[in-house]
Order: sequence, then structure tokens, then C-alpha cells
Amino acid sequence: MSFTRLLAVARKEVIQILRDSRSLAIVVIMPVTLMLLFGYGVNLDLKGLPVYVYDRDGSQQSQDLLKRFQASEYFHVVRVVNDYPAITRALDDGHAKMGIVIPWDFSSQLGQGGPVQVQALVDGTDDNTANVLIGYAQAVVQGYSTEIQLNWLRGRGQSIQPALVSVETRTWYNEDLESSAFIVPGVLALVMSVIGAFLTSLTIAREWERGSMEQLISTPVSAMEIMLGKLAPYFVLGMFDVIVCAVIAIYWFQVPFRGSYITLLVSSALFLMVVLSLGFFISVLAKNQFAACQIALLVTFLPAFLLSGFLFSIEQMPVALRWITSVVPARYYVSLLKKIFLKGTPTAMLYADLIPLTVFALVLALLATRSFHKRLE
Amino acid sequence: MLGRLKQMLIKEFIQVFRDKRTRFLLFGPPIIQMLVFGYAATFEIHYVPTVVLDMDHSQESRELISRFTSSPYFDVQRQLTDSRQIHDLIDQGKATVGLEIDAGFAQKLRGGQTAPLQVIVDATNSNTALIASSYITQIALGFAHDYQQDRIYRIAPQMIDAIPSVELEQRPWYNPDLSSRWFFVPGVIGSLTLVLVITVTAFGVVREREIGTLEQIMVTPIRPAEFILGKTVPAFLIGLFDVTLIATVGTFWFKIPFRGNILVLLTGSVLFILCMLGVGLLISTVSKTQQQAMVTAFFFIMPAISFSGFGFPISTMPQWMQYFSYAIPLRYFLIVLRGTYLKGVGMDILWPQMAAMAGLGLSLLTFAILRFHKALD
Repeated sequence: MSFTRLLAVARKEVIQILRDSRSLAIVVIMPVTLMLLFGYGVNLDLKGLPVYVYDRDGSQQSQDLLKRFQASEYFHVVRVVNDYPAITRALDDGHAKMGIVIPWDFSSQLGQGGPVQVQALVDGTDDNTANVLIGYAQAVVQGYSTEIQLNWLRGRGQSIQPALVSVETRTWYNEDLESSAFIVPGVLALVMSVIGAFLTSLTIAREWERGSMEQLISTPVSAMEIMLGKLAPYFVLGMFDVIVCAVIAIYWFQVPFRGSYITLLVSSALFLMVVLSLGFFISVLAKNQFAACQIALLVTFLPAFLLSGFLFSIEQMPVALRWITSVVPARYYVSLLKKIFLKGTPTAMLYADLIPLTVFALVLALLATRSFHKRLE
Repeated sequence: MLGRLKQMLIKEFIQVFRDKRTRFLLFGPPIIQMLVFGYAATFEIHYVPTVVLDMDHSQESRELISRFTSSPYFDVQRQLTDSRQIHDLIDQGKATVGLEIDAGFAQKLRGGQTAPLQVIVDATNSNTALIASSYITQIALGFAHDYQQDRIYRIAPQMIDAIPSVELEQRPWYNPDLSSRWFFVPGVIGSLTLVLVITVTAFGVVREREIGTLEQIMVTPIRPAEFILGKTVPAFLIGLFDVTLIATVGTFWFKIPFRGNILVLLTGSVLFILCMLGVGLLISTVSKTQQQAMVTAFFFIMPAISFSGFGFPISTMPQWMQYFSYAIPLRYFLIVLRGTYLKGVGMDILWPQMAAMAGLGLSLLTFAILRFHKALD
């Protein structure tokens, strides 16, 4: 292996990247865009959900109950309607996520005693939103019910203490429970996958497709030199993006950073090796840019998005899928990112993630070198 | 004109289906992605590892804990004796939720003071932590409410029939079991179609330009309109076929109910595919190489999926993102998909979505074709 030839291949690749100003812009803009998209767009903290109300009673009591709904930050009472079809229609067309129907005999039933039912019609399409809505609606109604009971008993000379339980939640590692804090560190894995696998998988496939690979083969450059030379510029770009992402996460989204910068760089370099090797491997196999890009999407981006614990936690997946995630390198990288950013776990304690990631990096790098031959078929 | 178009179409179909790998890539990845998404993407939580520290040892505290033990959402693994243990177990990732009941809980509850339940959640655990904390609140409030009822019963058993109370009768519509799969699978149909149609269209044109065959085609008597049609018709058909394929897999494999009219869904799909053809063509007019096309496509695809309400409700996003989402065709197609699948609504409800897609599709296609003419000249 000659270092000069390697450098020459790298230089050629750099020139090609530099000439293509868009790809270069992408390398800078993409991490920013992905960070903003996920930092702002992913929000599980549901507030102000649209609610329609149908008060068939129209009494003081029913108004009191509705006021409690209006006062809650979780509901936004968009409209008060006066027939049932208006509510079903609003649920059908999505203008309301919940419809509250108060029966016509609400206040008279309350006067007679016994339970009165208030209906909550919930759009169950989005199960998470529906669950949250039902939970908070339950809390509002129970709060109201307790109050009228205590008043009623007091009116009859019985004074009973209210039973109050408060839930004091402390969220560790992410004290404000900002969705962005647990999402944003994981975005790095997505960015690396795109840079590593997409861009590189296209570079070799492109040479085959355009026929310039034959020219490369006729030169004295060895297979190893082609591979390293082609990947080196993308490695540098990838590491640059790690820094861009970390800066945005820490300074823009105020995500705490409690670990070591060196560990972050080392694990990012390892993961970058994984995706670059994968990208190279794919491009050798595919020899056609469309195929390369589809395969790259399937084996790098999709697992990094779905099976890494970035958004959806692995422990909640079916057993078979959980098993598959153990061969997804992004899983270990995302786990490292969360530990480095939020937990500040000491580097010595990270071996459970670092070792598999290193193994993947070495095995895949080896596979990539083996797969590529200077041969025309 | 028809003769030339026919020749062009024959060429395109040969090109697409000649290669076994490309043939597989058009239909294989969407199915794989549908399956992975269906299993991995979930907001449901089951048996979240939970540890409990009960320092009160009262009947009340045991009763509260037993509500967690019997809940399918939590798996109470250990009863601890020291609050430092919670710290360690969460640090090691062995528990996601820690519940702590301090001494004096029952006393406060009996005395009408607020009795606190301390909750510690590991917020690095993706969405689970957020969803779990809303269930914890529900369980705690339910406990307080039942405790109150018991107390009233004990103090004034003769009044129990006369005392007024309000109950919430919840009816989750469309998705009575509140299954995440029902929410995600119809959405996946939309996002996979988006990725496929855009890439097929953009790559199809840019490939010819990159390899140089575009010039060869331009010297034939073919007219730009015929060329555009020749490129878009196959992409359109592939898109339509894939929608059907993914929808079939989604419906039968995951047993998602289809309650609406298949023609409404078909109309929506056609309009949506037209929009995506427009986007694909537009990308092809601004890209010289496939790598550029891929990168540009990616820049459209990521925001399109994030803003569309695919995973997270649009109403919780920042205002600027909400405005932006109106320009995203996928937003409307998702409403059509979920509307026809889960809600079973028809044109009377979905016409605004159809109109929006038709409008967007028309302007995108017109714009793309105008630009395309220029790009060819």
C-alpha cells in the first residue's frame, strides 16, 4: 500500500465533493435540519388538544364542570355545539380529538343523588393522544365529583377530609422532561447513517455506473487504496457533523452534556467506521446508484430510525424484534449517546456498548475490504 | 405521438424490470419496512420495569402499590429498603420507574393533607418514560378517588345511595383497544409510497442525464411531453402497485380494519402519487447526478414525514411548523388513509383533503413540467 496513491484517490474524491457544491451544502445543512425537525417536531408532551362540548343540560352545575375542562392546560375547548351530530362530525373530520357530552338531566340527577354519567367520545386513531386525553378527562371529572360530594356532605353536617394524593415526578437525566432532550442526542445516529451510508454507497456505484471504475482499475492503485481514499473524505465530513450536532444540541436545545467529549468523539468515529464500511460494501454489491440508495435506506437509515431505541424503546418491542436489534450497530451508538449526554456515565462503564460497536466496526471494515476486487466482470 | 410514447414506455419498463435486483428493490424493501414499522413503532407500554420503596408500611401504601402490581403497564420487580437502591437500579438501566412512598403517607391521607407519591423515571428511555408518567398519575388519582369513596362509605353508610357523584363514560372511537399498530400501519402506507415514488421518478431521469443517454434520447424525434410521460407513467404505475401491495400486507398481516370505501382510498392514492411525481420531477430538474438527486430527495422526504403528523400530532408542534404542514401533501394523504381505514368516512368528509392534494399536485406537476422543458433545452 502506498500512502501517496491513497492520498491521490482521496484528493480526487475531495475535488469531486468540492465541485458538487450541493452535496457539500447538504453535509452542513442536513445535521442542522434534522436536529431542528426532531427537536421541535417530536413532542409527546400533549397540551391544548381540541375538544368539542355538547352541554344538553345548560345548568349551573354543568357549566361548573365545563369550566374545569376549560381551565385545564391539556384541553382547548374549541367549540360548544348543540347537537350530537356536530360532535360525531368533528371527530370524523378531525377538528376535535374529544367530545364531551353532558346529559340533559345532569343537574336534576345530581340533586337526586347517585352516579351521573358524563360521556367522553374520544378519537382513538392516535392511541397515545387518546390515552392521555382519557386520563386527564378522568382526573377533571373525578376532581369535580369529589368536590360536589364534600359539599353535599358538609350540607348535611358531615365533614369529611378530602383524600389527596400528589404525584411528584422527578425525571432523571432530563429534569425538565423536555421531549427534545431525549430525542436530540439520538439524531446524531441518523446524521451519521445518512453521511456514511448514503453518500458513500453512491460514490463507488457511481464509478461503476459511469464507467470510470475501469479507468481506476487500469491504474496501479490497489483495492485497499481505493477504499481508504474514497472513505477518508467522508470520514472527515462525518466527524465535522458530529461536532456541528453536538454544538446545536448543547447550545440551541440546551441538552445537558454530562459525559466526556473524547468518548463522544471515539464512539462517533467507531460508528462512522461501521456506516462507512456498510456503505462501501453496499456500493460494491449494488453497482447501480438506485439500488445502492434503496439498500442503504433499508440497512442503515431504517434501523437507525426504528430499531435503535432512538424514538421507540427497544424493551417494548416483540421478543423477536428485540433480538434483531442486538445486531443493529446504531442501537449501541444511540445508547452511548444518551449515556454520554444525559447520564454522564463514566467511560469505563460504557464497555457494554463500546465493545459491540468496536466489533461491528472491525468486522464490517474487514468485510468491505474483502468484498472489493479490482476486477471487471 | 402515441407510437413514440409506446416505444419510450417499452424502453422504460425493460430498463426497470431487466435487472433482478432492481425488480426486487421496488417491492421488497417496502414490504420489509412495513413489517418492521408495524412491530417496532409503538406508543403502547407493557410491563415497564418498576421498583418500589415503601417506607410507610401502611395498609394505604400497600393498597397503592398493589394497583401498580396489578397494572399491565408496570412490572413491579422489587420492593426495596433504601432509597439509594432506586438510584443505582435506574443508573444501571435495570429499572425505568422508581416509586417511593415516604413514612407518613397514610397519616397525611387520613388527615386530609396532601400525601405525596414520589416518582422517579428514567427519561433517557425514549417515549416510555413520558407515557409511563401519565399512567402513574392516572393510577394515583384513581387510588385517591376510591379511597375517598371508601371513607364516605365508612362514615356515612346510610348516605351512600343518596350522595351525588359524576363518572366519566369513555368511548374511544375508531380504535377501541387503542392499539398503536392501528395508528401507525395506515400511516406507513403513505410514507413508503412517498419515498418510493419520489426516488423512482428522480433517479429515472437523472440517471439518463448522468450516464449521458439523455442526449441520445434528445436527438431522437421524441418530444419533451412524450419523454416526461414516458418517465412518469411507469413511476405512477409502480407507485400504485406498491400502494396496493403495502396496503394488502398491512391490512391482512396486521389485521387493520378497513371500514371505508376502497374507491375513496384509490382516489386519494392517485392524487397523492401525482403530487409525488411532481416532486420527483422537480428534483430531477435541479440535479445533475444521482447523488445530488438522492440528497435533494432526502431533504424533501425528512421534513415531509416529520411535518405530516405521521408519528406525532401536528397540533403539538410549534406554530411555524403547523403552518408549514399545510404545504405537505402527505399531511392530507394520512388523513385520507386513517379516515378510510379506521374512521370509515367518505368523500363528504374527505373532500377538503382531496381538493388540497389535487391543487398541490396540479401546481407541482405544472411547475415541474415547465422547469423540465427548460432543463432539457
